[in-house]
Amino acid sequence: MDDKNTLVKVRNLKFARNDRMIFDGVDLDIQRGKVTVIMGPSGTGKTTLLRLIGRQIRPLEGTIEVDGEEVTTLSHRGLYELRKRMGMLFQNGALLTDLNVFDNIAYPLREHTNLSEELIRTLVIMKLQAVGLRGARDLMPAELSGGMARRVALARAIALDPMMIMYDEPFTGQDPISMGVLVRLIRNLNDALGLTSIVVSHDIEEASSIADYIYLLSGGKVVAHGTTEDLANSDSEWAQQFMNGKPDGPVPFHFQAAPYASDLNID
Amino acid sequence: MLNQLQIIGHKSLNFFQRLGRGHILIFDVLKGIASLLPRPRLVVQQLYSVGVLSLIIIVVSGFFVGMVMGLQGYNTLVDFGAEESLGVMVALSLVRELGPVVTALLFAGRAGSALTAEIGLMKATEQLSAMEMMAVDPIRRVLSPRFVAGFISMPLLAAMFSAVGVLGGFFVGVGLLGVDDGAYWSQMQASVDIYDDIYNGVIKSLVFGFVVTWIAIFEGYDAIPTSEGVSRATTRTVVHSSLAVLGLDFILTALMFN
Amino acid sequence: MSTRITEIWVGLFVAGGIAALFMLAMKVSNLSTYKSDQGYDVTAYFEDISGLKVRSAVTMSGVRIGRVKEIVFDKNRLSARVTMEIEGEYDTLPDDSSASIYTAGLLGEKYIGLEPGAGSSDCEELSLDDSGEIKLDEKAGDCKPNNLKQGSEIKLTQDSLVLEKLIGQFISKFLSEDDKKEDTKK
Ligand SMILES: Nc1ncnc2c1ncn2[C@@H]1O[C@H](COP(=O)(O)OP(=O)(O)OP(=O)(O)O)[C@@H](O)[C@H]1O
Ligand SMILES: [Mg+2]
Repeated sequence: MDDKNTLVKVRNLKFARNDRMIFDGVDLDIQRGKVTVIMGPSGTGKTTLLRLIGRQIRPLEGTIEVDGEEVTTLSHRGLYELRKRMGMLFQNGALLTDLNVFDNIAYPLREHTNLSEELIRTLVIMKLQAVGLRGARDLMPAELSGGMARRVALARAIALDPMMIMYDEPFTGQDPISMGVLVRLIRNLNDALGLTSIVVSHDIEEASSIADYIYLLSGGKVVAHGTTEDLANSDSEWAQQFMNGKPDGPVPFHFQAAPYASDLNID
Repeated sequence: MLNQLQIIGHKSLNFFQRLGRGHILIFDVLKGIASLLPRPRLVVQQLYSVGVLSLIIIVVSGFFVGMVMGLQGYNTLVDFGAEESLGVMVALSLVRELGPVVTALLFAGRAGSALTAEIGLMKATEQLSAMEMMAVDPIRRVLSPRFVAGFISMPLLAAMFSAVGVLGGFFVGVGLLGVDDGAYWSQMQASVDIYDDIYNGVIKSLVFGFVVTWIAIFEGYDAIPTSEGVSRATTRTVVHSSLAVLGLDFILTALMFN
Repeated sequence: MSTRITEIWVGLFVAGGIAALFMLAMKVSNLSTYKSDQGYDVTAYFEDISGLKVRSAVTMSGVRIGRVKEIVFDKNRLSARVTMEIEGEYDTLPDDSSASIYTAGLLGEKYIGLEPGAGSSDCEELSLDDSGEIKLDEKAGDCKPNNLKQGSEIKLTQDSLVLEKLIGQFISKFLSEDDKKEDTKK
């Protein structure tokens, strides 16, 4: 792959939690201007991967380059400058509960720019319009449904017009209509603003409909990657199991554990 | 046996790690205070939830403590024919000890626990992470203003507690039990020293304010991000800061009044 | 809640706290009796000041007229030098006043009590006139007795009564009297 077109370059990433390896040598390349979907069974560490890219946590080993900068060794100041160019949509929204919807979206603008209140208002209303919640601007986060909160968080993530956005499971908890809207929104934002998107998702259908490239994670490793067609036509068992949602296959449904029988004390 | 040793070792390691994290945190929080100068709003907001909302409990407790002191003091002093000294007794116990200490204990229960719970929940709901990803340092924006507000509020609350307590003692002693009005105030003025008593009392409450707020924000920030973790952290705030206040009170009293 | 109401409450809170501090200082403590603006300092030497502290009261006829400002050990005179600050309005204390250290009550605070002297003055001068008679010269008009002023020293002092010493003297006196009695018996 061409280095210039790679926005995020992960090499030999290793990370452990309580002595349990979450990642054991992961290599990833996220292309500029593309929507890259990361899929994997629950608990493989998809959220953890996004946190590593934003350096909320540090890896045991390996390198993570974002836009040519090595994230793992970046200074505090450099990190904060980089984060201004990254947006992140948390799994549950993570809105600031003491601010209303409007102020939540205005928050990064007020923190990082010297724009007039007039201009901030215009920008916030535009972002709210984009996620279809212009009417909800005076509500408090506690008064929003889970899906609405996620959309407000999306509006906040794009408030500073970042170079890339990381979406952590944006589709869960959305009704079919807003799901379709969201899928189109992610695509449109990506193409219109020239963003780079990393989408973590379980939803094969939605994910494959927007993905330019897919990574399949399991057991701390990348088990398959390629475009949607590549994976659908691949004869890799991993890809087959995941793309077709089969319960049996190389991906275990169970969290690692002692054999069932021994746990039930049956010998 | 070995297991027990291991538990002791594990606990003390944990303790020292927490101590270390606590000191690093307070250092960062103090550094963050400079960034509040252009945003006094943040502090005002916290002064409201830390100070104003503690006002009622402090004023009411202060008045009652003062009244009890008046009653008890009168009964003891009248046996020696020294009930004129009631004002001295009430005022000295309030400004030297009860004012700073009881206020700090109430403050830990009212404001400290609320601070821990609020910060812990912000952590559990990933609000702090979200701020970090928006390139906003939560230590500066969330912890520093709360710390400053606690540090400012505590001496003000303690002063109000003592002042209201002196009035409570006056109400009972002079109003109900018939101690001479002039004697109550003049004996008090003759014996309460601005430096030895008032100033030292204020220093005590500043120290308590620092420690209680520090413990509260640290417990919140260090809490395990679940509902159980937050509830435990809240309990720890109240227990640890109460113990710290009483222990420090002994040390400060020994240093100041000897 | 609107920002305005929050700010008003915080304003009230801070004002209330400062008012309480002010009340403690002015109404509860002795700050209102401090008049350190135009006081003057006088010194006195004591052999034993034990128990006297900086800021102890200085009284005359039982009325507080100043406080102890500084206590140092004078290594040349081998005694304690006490500097007192007397309030400016009491500027007519005779310069031969004496100072003693007393205790309020049996075990109470130590304080310095001043007793006024007869007063000396420079304006009277004895001189021999031409006829050899002794004559009292009075400089009419500005004849005033000398008063304590900034930097004066009180010469007449009496030390602090230390209870242990007192009891010690008492006991040794009794003992020596007993000794005498026993001697006479022999
Ligand atoms: N704070 C933590 N302490 C210990 N282990 C953790 C912690 N956070 C996550 N883990 C572990 O790390 C693993 C990966 O978690 P992560 O949240 O990244 O999973 P995920 O792939 O996002 O799952 P999901 O799709 O369900 O959101 C999990 O197995 C979890 O047990
Ligand atoms: Mg996740």
